[in-house]
Amino acid sequence: MLSTEAPLLSVADLTSAYGRIEALHGLSLHVGAREIVALVGGNGAGKTTLLRALSGVQPVTGGRVSFEGADITRASPHARVRAGIAQVPEGRQIFTPLTIEDNLRLGAYLRKDKEIAEDLERVYGLFPVLKERRRNPAGGLSGGQQQMLAIGRALMSRPKLLLLDEPSMGLAPVLVDQVFEIIARLRDTDDVTIFLVEQNAFAALSIADRGYVIETGEIAMSGPGNELLTDDRVREAYLGV
Amino acid sequence: MAEFLQFCVSGLTVGAVYALVALGFTIIYNASDVVNFAQGEFVMIGGMATVFLTAAGVPLPLAALIAIAAAMVVGLALHRLAIEPARGASPVTLIIITIGASIFLRGLAQVVFDRQFHSLPSFSGDTPIQFGGAAILPQSFWVLAGAGIIVLALWAFFNRTLLGKAVLATAANRLAARLVGINTSFVVGFSFVVSAAIGAIAGILVTPITLTSYDIGTLLALKGFAAAMLGGMGNPLGAIVGGLAVGLLEAFGAGYLSSTYKDAIAFIVILGVLFVMPGGLFGRASVERV
Ligand SMILES: Nc1ncnc2c1ncn2[C@@H]1O[C@H](COP(=O)(O)OP(=O)(O)O)[C@@H](O)[C@H]1O
Ligand SMILES: [Mg+2]
Repeated sequence: MLSTEAPLLSVADLTSAYGRIEALHGLSLHVGAREIVALVGGNGAGKTTLLRALSGVQPVTGGRVSFEGADITRASPHARVRAGIAQVPEGRQIFTPLTIEDNLRLGAYLRKDKEIAEDLERVYGLFPVLKERRRNPAGGLSGGQQQMLAIGRALMSRPKLLLLDEPSMGLAPVLVDQVFEIIARLRDTDDVTIFLVEQNAFAALSIADRGYVIETGEIAMSGPGNELLTDDRVREAYLGV
Repeated sequence: MAEFLQFCVSGLTVGAVYALVALGFTIIYNASDVVNFAQGEFVMIGGMATVFLTAAGVPLPLAALIAIAAAMVVGLALHRLAIEPARGASPVTLIIITIGASIFLRGLAQVVFDRQFHSLPSFSGDTPIQFGGAAILPQSFWVLAGAGIIVLALWAFFNRTLLGKAVLATAANRLAARLVGINTSFVVGFSFVVSAAIGAIAGILVTPITLTSYDIGTLLALKGFAAAMLGGMGNPLGAIVGGLAVGLLEAFGAGYLSSTYKDAIAFIVILGVLFVMPGGLFGRASVERV
């Protein structure tokens, strides 16, 4: 399902640095509306840096990010959320002392419409375990449940683009399958475009329309998900085959 | 027994003020990790501005409101002009900035106001109320009731409003707060304004009992900070309990031991507690289980 229309997100020559150490060296990619795009790469390749830059919580030193045709390179994080970009960050980053329901409600922090309660029920429908425990502090959830909460919280903003940073990290294999199944379904049920970052290249490329391989802050390869899955270099470097 | 009761009431009254100062520390600390040593100056501004406005003929309730508003403006300016530009600086740097701000505000108060001690008339007269042999000043009830209402209002704000939850979310995980679209810089500024208002209210309520002057902020900040540490920095319940405990320790220390060393007695007990429980009575771990 390669998109032919103008991309929803496009990143051109993006550079970003931690102090004087550059972590992204002129990275370019694009994500079309209703695509599932995976970015795979090893530890320290710059995946998290890129997603943080896309959400506006990481300074960029050069290049351009545009969303729906508008330049958002210098936009504040809340302006980006309002524009329709939500992120499920690495390590889940839930609000541990707050209740599960408050975590979800805060996902809709910038929304003013009347359908927040409805969306809350939809998230509970997606993750029933969250509903059972909705009055409890989120810190008491298991790792997999926290991942579901982080996904649910991001969905509560009604994003057009959902950024996911290693959603499979630290999960038992059966949970990994479950989480990826849900992510794949979101595109169809919620019309959400998915940009998925993973070290778990197999699981990510399996559900992706297209994929990129990132190495030390640069895109090393790109192509349809199933092609990358069968590419010898990818198999050797990231699938351990 | 009557004596004991008397010490309790006076201890709880000053303790309530320490508790409000400690709450101010807590709110700002949670939102921004900044320990704001200018917190005592908000108390001073509340009392002094009310004194000078009433002296100029402004009715007390209006004077109090203007004084609170003035403190809130100072709180906002402190955030915008001193804290926000230094965002990302080390905690020690930020503490030094707030100490600098505190010194600056004290100097400014000498110019805007004066260097005298001032009082306000008690809100409900000075006839003590006899209770179990103790004589309680009516103003004590004002202080205690005011502190109680502030605590309830804060509780409702943090538990019942979206903005309140956004402040808690910012305290819990700033990155995640920004990722859900919370303007964390606004939240921090807001917490400075709220803390300033709380401090100013405390200053207005207690001035008829303790008097006020341009430099009362220093000792109040120290006591409030000690109270917050005693309760466990960052814990609102700890701040309240810590504040009341410091007030009671002082009152009993002064009453039964020596009024000369009442400050020292309170601090020695606090140091003792912190030596045994470094996280304070309600250490952070109990609120924020990770
Ligand atoms: N907070 C930080 N300070 C300094 N360097 C960092 C920081 N976070 C990441 N880096 C560096 O930036 C590079 C990319 O890191 P990251 O984006 O986290 O990679 P990935 O998510 O692909 O594992 C790595 O070399 C890493 O060491
Ligand atoms: Mg990462």
